[in-house]
Amino acid sequence: MNTSRFLAAAGTTLSLWMAVVPPTVAATGPQQQLERWRAETSQPFSAARGRALFNSKAGSDWSCATCHTSDPRRTGRHATTSRPIEPLAPAANPQRFTDAAKVEKWFRRNCRDVLGRECTTTEKGDVLTWLLELR
Amino acid sequence: MKPKSVRFARAPWVAVASIGALLVAGLALTARADDDEGRRQASVPAVPSAPAADIALWREECGACHVAYPARMLPAADWRRIMSTLDRHFGTDASLDAAAVARIESYLTRAGSTRAVERPAAVGKPAVAELPRITTQRWFLREHDSIPPSTWKDKRVGSAARCDACHLNAAQGRFDERDIRRLP
Repeated sequence: MNTSRFLAAAGTTLSLWMAVVPPTVAATGPQQQLERWRAETSQPFSAARGRALFNSKAGSDWSCATCHTSDPRRTGRHATTSRPIEPLAPAANPQRFTDAAKVEKWFRRNCRDVLGRECTTTEKGDVLTWLLELR
Repeated sequence: MKPKSVRFARAPWVAVASIGALLVAGLALTARADDDEGRRQASVPAVPSAPAADIALWREECGACHVAYPARMLPAADWRRIMSTLDRHFGTDASLDAAAVARIESYLTRAGSTRAVERPAAVGKPAVAELPRITTQRWFLREHDSIPPSTWKDKRVGSAARCDACHLNAAQGRFDERDIRRLP
């Protein structure tokens, strides 16, 4: 087999691919979400408050833990559809909190479901601070 | 017959072309919409005008909490109602930004069933302002009339939303009877 031609072909393909496919957006993770929220509030985040909020039912039938379990390193289950929910804690699921739009979408929906209102910046920071303590 | 060396020299391009073909085939599979009714059906070609990106968006957003139910399972008018009330979606807030709603609704209404909307009263439900349900559609009840209550209550099912508990290819929009896992 003609190795040099193969390499040339592979190289051409790779450069074509790199030219066509746009570079991925800058990597973000849980720390970037926290920084974003810290810029919005002067109140320091508290893991203890986050944990309490996560497990509180606040007058509705559901808490966050209803679907995500009280140990968010574990796989949860949607309270109405029974669909499995991947772990929420970044230590157990590195995909979590890597997309700011997705993070805001789910906080908006789920806080409305559990609290009947959207979460404050501090509440979001509290919950994520607690989630990051779970190893 | 060509000399072997020439044929091998082309192999990388053949490989590249094959990968390309696979990608295209993958897109085609993703874009596969489904036919009407709930009877045995093989998948049929997509609604030609539905952009693959919209179908991918539908799959991701609707599939986040339940099986991305194929458009054919409800009449287009029912999908419109569902898409206009996402903030009160069967007991949960499933709201999306307006652009995403428009794209998904466009796909669902174009690929939706052409059957008439069934009134909830037709299946013994109170005629309150209830959202359309796939599980009360006549075709759904007919297709599942031999499923005993114990199966619906099986821990592996948990909810009628879990099509994939029995329909092994539900996530791909395929509900062929040969792909069913029988639960006791």
